[in-house]
Amino acid sequence: MSNETKDLTKQEAQHPLETERTRTRKVYTPRVDIYETKDTIVLIADMPGVDEKSVDITLEKNVLTIAGGVGQANNKGYTVSYAEYETGDYERAFTISDEVDRDKIDAEVKNGVLKITLHKAEKAKVKKIAVKAA
Amino acid sequence: MFGTSFGRFRMAPLSELQRLQRDINRAFSGFDSFMTVQELPTLNVLESSQDVIVTAELPGINSDNLNISIVNDTLTLSGSREPEVLEEGESYHRQERSYGKFSRTIRLPFNVDASKVDAIYKKGILTIVLPRAEKEKPKKITIKAA
Repeated sequence: MSNETKDLTKQEAQHPLETERTRTRKVYTPRVDIYETKDTIVLIADMPGVDEKSVDITLEKNVLTIAGGVGQANNKGYTVSYAEYETGDYERAFTISDEVDRDKIDAEVKNGVLKITLHKAEKAKVKKIAVKAA
Repeated sequence: MFGTSFGRFRMAPLSELQRLQRDINRAFSGFDSFMTVQELPTLNVLESSQDVIVTAELPGINSDNLNISIVNDTLTLSGSREPEVLEEGESYHRQERSYGKFSRTIRLPFNVDASKVDAIYKKGILTIVLPRAEKEKPKKITIKAA
């Protein structure tokens, strides 16, 4: 991928995050798209099985952590005849730069996709300077 | 990604290889790859004597773009995921999610009653419940004491 990534993506947390977990479930790194618009930076993460109640987003200092819990499916009476994926929790952290306004972060979950909108701080927005005709 | 356990589930080794190949392709193919990489949804199949449940991780799909078809004991799941539409001046810093069309066909362990199939799409997971065809249900034979 391009080398022009911004601070937001530069320091990627190793997987799993360097904390000891108290649950024995597997932890997956969700796949993430990040794009930048004029006023926002949008982060989209694929987290199938997660809904708005089971996702946690925390911002501490300049680390934005997303975590999602997926409930254990009730498979009583069934045997697994073929398995390609396992369920587990999701966790991933991002370093965000000063250009993000910490008080204005929106998040929504739809169909297992988490979308976080980070608004740029006023000072980081591009200001256009009009040139007056002499 | 590499920490998949072979012990807990019966994993399909081929799909593991395909996944590895996909990851390698992704790593080497650069930015323009996202339209050509065909990401197949991963499936889990559970069965009981009465029915079979197929689940697929398909985050962010409009359920109108999902097609399920059943012919005898073959289930085909196809659909597409639409990419985010970026306006001019907007750009990606990172793109790991894949878009585009996908199609998967699997053989079910028995014939199913196609008219009674239920499919639910919730939280990015598609669950298809396929009841076993009535005539194929196992019959319990009682043994009479002589």
